[in-house]
Amino acid sequence: MSGRIGEASDTILYLNGVSVSFDGFRALNNLSLVLAPGEMRAVIGPNGAGKTTMMDVITGKTRPDSGEVIFRADTDLTHLDEPAIAALGIGRKFQKPTVFEPHSVHDNLLLALAGSRTPRRVLFARETAAERARIEALLDTIRLTEHRDRRAGDLSHGQKQWLEIGMLLAQEPDLLLVDEPVAGMTDAETAETARLLRDINRSKSVVVVEHDMDFVRALDVKVTVLHEGSVLSEGSIDHVSRDPRVIEVYLGR
Amino acid sequence: MTRGSFATFTPPALVLAIAALLVAGNVALPPSSPLHVSIFVISLAGKYLSYAMLALALDLVWGYAGILSLGHAAFFALGGYAMGMYLMREIGTRGVYGNATLPDFMVFLNWTELPWYWHGFHHFAFAALMALVVPGSLALVFGFLAFRSRVSGVYLSIITQALTFALMLAFFRNNMGFGGNNGLTDFKDIIGYPLQADGTRDGLLLATALLLSLAFLCARFVVTSRLGKILVAVRDAESRTRFLGYRPESYKLFVFVLSAIIAGTGGALYVPQVGIINPGEFSPANSIEAVIWVAVGGRGTLAGAMLGAVLVNLGKTYFTSALPEFWLYALGALFILTTLFLPQGLIRMFARKPAVARPEIPSAKERPA
Repeated sequence: MSGRIGEASDTILYLNGVSVSFDGFRALNNLSLVLAPGEMRAVIGPNGAGKTTMMDVITGKTRPDSGEVIFRADTDLTHLDEPAIAALGIGRKFQKPTVFEPHSVHDNLLLALAGSRTPRRVLFARETAAERARIEALLDTIRLTEHRDRRAGDLSHGQKQWLEIGMLLAQEPDLLLVDEPVAGMTDAETAETARLLRDINRSKSVVVVEHDMDFVRALDVKVTVLHEGSVLSEGSIDHVSRDPRVIEVYLGR
Repeated sequence: MTRGSFATFTPPALVLAIAALLVAGNVALPPSSPLHVSIFVISLAGKYLSYAMLALALDLVWGYAGILSLGHAAFFALGGYAMGMYLMREIGTRGVYGNATLPDFMVFLNWTELPWYWHGFHHFAFAALMALVVPGSLALVFGFLAFRSRVSGVYLSIITQALTFALMLAFFRNNMGFGGNNGLTDFKDIIGYPLQADGTRDGLLLATALLLSLAFLCARFVVTSRLGKILVAVRDAESRTRFLGYRPESYKLFVFVLSAIIAGTGGALYVPQVGIINPGEFSPANSIEAVIWVAVGGRGTLAGAMLGAVLVNLGKTYFTSALPEFWLYALGALFILTTLFLPQGLIRMFARKPAVARPEIPSAKERPA
């Protein structure tokens, strides 16, 4: 499937009519979402709105019951599994920071670097000068240069979040899905993370799921509000926070 | 010498040195000397080192890849049976029935022809190859199915236990053609050398020490490579590796097959030194005991696993002769005490700093929300 025309053309991510049910519960209900190349989008919504399920569908963890999920206007993601989708260029950060705790910060980035993923190649792989340089650059981006040799498990919560973002970048994806990057962060760390994501967005498309409204405001991007598995409202943060349906969902109950 | 090469070369050097000293004490010193090493001790040491190979194999999958196999003794026993089949054919006309082709138990069962799967086992090289190929192939098929279906954790442990139990029941049956209940025994010689001779026993101990050292170096190469780092990553955060584009099932399968081959080698060395292989070796309890060796010695350290196998079996030899009724209590107490007070295993008492690959104590932290 290439050179697809119509609505999916000129998009990096195109979700159309995606539905997912778990034991009769509709986690996603006819969800449609379009992301332009180079765009950063914030996705908000109350608990159970389907934010994480949406990430699961895009990254191949969950197969949708119906609907289309198209990457870069020509690749249908619904038939691929997680490693295949990761190899295509979609990186995902979990809600809870997930890094390889026994390994050093340096090794975490090394394992995430784009490259061959077959056991035979990896068994004999030696760190090259190019890889070393790439890791140094990443350490600088995520502000962990001084922590290079520390065990990742010994980092603070916020540093683990950054390391995981660094690992995503090391994969060299075109699209990053970032689930609640500032949960549990201090105000200073939150501001730093907003800066980091805006920085990343200069070269990559990003979808950020977040609860923290101040953070979303700081990102200053288009916002999609999810509710009960579909899009409730979409627009600037000021637009959606004035939308009476959004106010009702967030405050009305 | 760097810390890394120290950790790589010290364990095999110790294994070889101890084996060489024991053999020297047996060969060079007269039986009247207080330092003379008896042939009983030589065979016992050879048995311990074979067990150490099983422990090494188990630690590779459990300590590094987080696959708690409760059926690893099955691979050890299959390697042992392959060697046992060679040793049976080697008896030739010296058996009770004097049949040049058929082992005694087949004559006893009124079989007239050698089953097809016994062909070739009169060649030592073929049997040695089969001691690697059979456990490796079983691990390949079993691992492929289990890992592809994403069976892990306690479910995987249970099916490995079922695997060894099923094999035990199968090997107990007379018409399987492996000697049933009695297994294979009464061996005479190995590649022409009489098994009862001191020189042969010494040679077998040295061969076991050498192959254990090689297996250790091979395992150490794997765990210190980038692949080894990915194994630890899979152990602690499997879904993270998947979203980074790795296929954890391929990595698990690789290490599982390698581990089965090492375990099979251990079994093949075990059988000529103890003189018998029977279906009891497939007993689930044996696999669980191997897990205890690794836990006691130090999981995720390789050297600790080997140490644990030797020390626990030394204890077992002592207890089962001195206080036989207390052995199981002692084993249980040892397991509980090391888990409580030395969760990193006995090897930590010798190591200067914790190994990088140490497992997190609460290890189930990989689930993304």
